Amino acid sequence: MIYLNLIFTFFKIGLFSFGGGYGMIPLIEREIISNGWLTCQEFVNIISISEMTPGPIAINIATFVGYRIKGIPGGIIATTGVVLPSLILILAISHFLTKYGSHRILKGTIYWIRPVVLALIIQAAAFVAMNTFFKECFDMKILLETGFINYLLETLNPYTIVITIASLAALLLTRVHPIFVILSGGLAGVILYYTGIF
Amino acid sequence: MIPLIEREIVDKKGWISGDEMIDILAISQSFPGAVAVNSAIFIGKKVGGYPGAFLALLGVIIPSFSIIIVIAKIFSYFSTSGVTKAALAGISSTVIALLIMAAIRVAKTGIRDKISPLITLLALILLLFTGLHPIYVIILGITTGLLIYLLRNIGKKTR
Repeated sequence: MIYLNLIFTFFKIGLFSFGGGYGMIPLIEREIISNGWLTCQEFVNIISISEMTPGPIAINIATFVGYRIKGIPGGIIATTGVVLPSLILILAISHFLTKYGSHRILKGTIYWIRPVVLALIIQAAAFVAMNTFFKECFDMKILLETGFINYLLETLNPYTIVITIASLAALLLTRVHPIFVILSGGLAGVILYYTGIF
Repeated sequence: MIPLIEREIVDKKGWISGDEMIDILAISQSFPGAVAVNSAIFIGKKVGGYPGAFLALLGVIIPSFSIIIVIAKIFSYFSTSGVTKAALAGISSTVIALLIMAAIRVAKTGIRDKISPLITLLALILLLFTGLHPIYVIILGITTGLLIYLLRNIGKKTR
C-alpha cells in the first residue's frame, strides 16, 4: 500500500526534522533511495525548485516528492505526513509550555541538537554537490571500478564547480538576494548550453 | 518569514502580545518541523482553539502546496529537454552555495562552546562513512544533549 508507506515515511521525516528544512534533506534522501522512489538527479532538481519557491522548504519538498511518486493524492498524503508530527506535538504541549515556562529543559536539550543539524546540512550540501558536479548519479562502486582519474575525466562537469564558487563569493561578499544568485545560475546554465559547452 | 508572521499577528490583527509571540517562536524553533508551520498551529490554537489550529495549518500549507503542484506539472513536460537540464545544473550549482551559507549561519549561531564542534564532527563521520540512518544520528544527538543538560544542571544545584 503505497499511500500508507508514503504517509508513514513522511511522518517519520517530519518527526525528526530539526532546525528547518535543510536538515531534513539527508532523511528524505535516505528514504526515497531505500524505497527506490526517485533517482538522485530527480531529487536534486526537487531541492533546487523548492529552494526557488516561496514557503517552507519542508512543505515544498514533501509536496513535490509526493506528487512525483503518486500524483496529487501523493502530494496531499506526503504533505499531511510531514506536518502531522508538528500538529500532534504542538497541540499536546501548547497548554503547558506557555503557562509554566517548562520549556527550559527543552531549550537546553535543543541547544545540543544544533551541532547535529550542522552535520546534516553539510551532508545535504555534499549530496547536492556530488550529484551536480558529476554528470550522473555519483556512485562509489563505479568510481572504484574505473579508477579515480578516469571517473573524474568521464563524469566531472567543471563548469558547475565554477558556478558554485562564484555564487558563494557573491553571497559572502555582497548583499545580493539569494533568488538573484539562483536565477543567475540558471541563466549561466542556459548560456553554456547554447554555446555548446554543457 | 518570521518578521512577516509578527507583523501580521501582533501588529495588524492584535491576536497575540509581543512577549507571547517571542515565546511561541522560541518553542516553534525547538520543535521538529518547519517554524512557520509550528507557529501557525500554536497561534491558531491560542486564537481559535482546535479548529483555529487546524485552519491556521491549512492556511500556511495551501499556498506552497498549490504553487508546487503547478510547478511540478509544468516541470514534467520540460524536464527531459537538454536546455532544462543545463538550467537545472546551473541552479543546483548555486543551491550548493546556499546550503554552505546555511551551514555557516548555523555554525555561527549554534556552535559557541568546545563540545559542539566535536559532536558535529562525530555526527558527520557517522553520516558520511558508516551508512547509519540519519534518524539514529539525530536520536543520538538528542540523547547527548539531554545528558549534557542534566549533568550541568545537577552540578549547579549541588554546588
